Amino acid sequence: MDMFAVWYFVETTINGALIGLMYALIALGFVLIYKSTDAINFAQGQFVMISGVMVAALAADYGVPIVVGAIVALVFMILFNVMLERIVLRPMIGRPVVAIIMATIGLAAFLEGLFPMIFGATTRALDLGIPNDPIIIGQIYLTPINVVGGAVALTFFGAFSIFFMKSRKGVALRAVADNHQVSMAMGINVERYFVLAWSMAGVVAVLGGLLWGSAIGVDNTLAVVGLKVFPVVILGGLESIIGAIVGGIIVGVIEAWGGTYIDPAMTQPWFREFFPFEGGGTKDFLPYLLMIVVLFFKPYGLFGKVHIERV
Amino acid sequence: MLAINNIEVIYNNVVLVLKGISIDVKPQSITTILGANGAGKTTTLKSISGLLKPERGQVTRGSIEFNGERIDKLAPHETVKKGVVQVFEGRRVFTHLSIEDNLLAGAHIVSDMKTVRDMIDQVYTFFPRLKERRTGQAGYLSGGEQQMLAIGRALMSNPKMIMLDEPSLGLAPMIIEEIFDIIQRMRKEAGVTILLVEQNANLALSIADQGYVMENGSIVMEGPAKELLANSDIQEFYLGIGEGGSKKSFRDVKHYRRRKRWLG
Repeated sequence: MDMFAVWYFVETTINGALIGLMYALIALGFVLIYKSTDAINFAQGQFVMISGVMVAALAADYGVPIVVGAIVALVFMILFNVMLERIVLRPMIGRPVVAIIMATIGLAAFLEGLFPMIFGATTRALDLGIPNDPIIIGQIYLTPINVVGGAVALTFFGAFSIFFMKSRKGVALRAVADNHQVSMAMGINVERYFVLAWSMAGVVAVLGGLLWGSAIGVDNTLAVVGLKVFPVVILGGLESIIGAIVGGIIVGVIEAWGGTYIDPAMTQPWFREFFPFEGGGTKDFLPYLLMIVVLFFKPYGLFGKVHIERV
Repeated sequence: MLAINNIEVIYNNVVLVLKGISIDVKPQSITTILGANGAGKTTTLKSISGLLKPERGQVTRGSIEFNGERIDKLAPHETVKKGVVQVFEGRRVFTHLSIEDNLLAGAHIVSDMKTVRDMIDQVYTFFPRLKERRTGQAGYLSGGEQQMLAIGRALMSNPKMIMLDEPSLGLAPMIIEEIFDIIQRMRKEAGVTILLVEQNANLALSIADQGYVMENGSIVMEGPAKELLANSDIQEFYLGIGEGGSKKSFRDVKHYRRRKRWLG
């Protein structure tokens, strides 16, 4: 194999991993909520979408600077999530998980209709001022938005991990995640920690909306990145922050390999001979395929919490 | 210190679980509530700690006072701030947290970190075994150690009164003895009042000052622990001792007699 192919492989992998970290950032919002409140939030992708749409629309239509727009989105998302927790989800405590899942699916559909109604459905660019010229390291060309996205994601993971492992509030939040009733009996105001978890998910959604919006443009389809959250969290384990990162990187890399190697290969004559169909698009389903395979061997995901039972 | 006045508890708006219970707990005493499964002992504790609401239960009549203040309308985390803490039946440690983090979580209402450190040390003097395994995950402790952790965690909120729900459940006799020794030491050294729910009547009465016997949602008997231990009905139904001190066979237990005596 010539050197060019090797460099190209490394480049594909690194870019994939960086995109994966951006997936992981969105997954983090999902994990935070699941960990502490046991709710599976199918609207996380829509949260990302509405924050992106909001910032882009404010910038494009009203000339609001991105920074100000981001702050507005941040405040809005936190308030929105707090209200959501209070109005929709708190009355559902103690109900079957399916009820909560259905509520969040409904919410997702609602948001997907509401926001284009307010801000219009046109695709807008979200310019964070990140240059488009690739960053060149040796033979490797990296996309700047991916590098920034990956770095932001890693910074946040670090901050969240320290918060969870070291601070008193983090300990309390983990206690709440472990057992609601016992936490209450220990003097922890469980509902306040639910609000905290939802607010953090809101912050993460805004970050995701900015980064992904700047990477692929902002319109309704931005919510689709939310779907990638599922292979990410299921690979990594629903409750694990580390799992979200590793799952994100795996999904990103697999996608990159699929798009760069498998899809073009499928159009080659030798492949067509035994697979006489259109081909391509493996990038989109390979993560899900991998998810299924992993579930066979590690039903809790790679880093999910194994339910300890001692009698 | 704690005065329960004729409370009635209803679950789901229909099921009457407690039918007028009155219990009085004196400061720094050990008071025990005895009774069979389903008698309403745990419900009594939950109505004190405010944990009925998540289970759709509510106190519909009567009042619960702690040091003269009504606490039956408080949320669980507010009750803990008043100095009342409950240790659940079946231990219920935070399985995925380390032992030290379990204790930290227990001290949630104490904001001063130095006090928290001192209290962790105090818990380790009560339970040296926990100190050896402080960084280990709580879920992998043995049953006895988990019970110790649950009690230690409750001590971390600096309570005036601890309510223990069947601390002997599923533990080896030697461990039970150790835990009951520590319960007595807690009262003596930390000055904590103890409300102990037990099925093991003999053991509970041997360390308690005052005892209550519950059956079917009501209190059927109460008195100083020594008197209860000597009571012939308690001996027959809870300690399995027949008249004249012989072991009694369950075949000879006359069930109608207890109904006549207690509920008639």
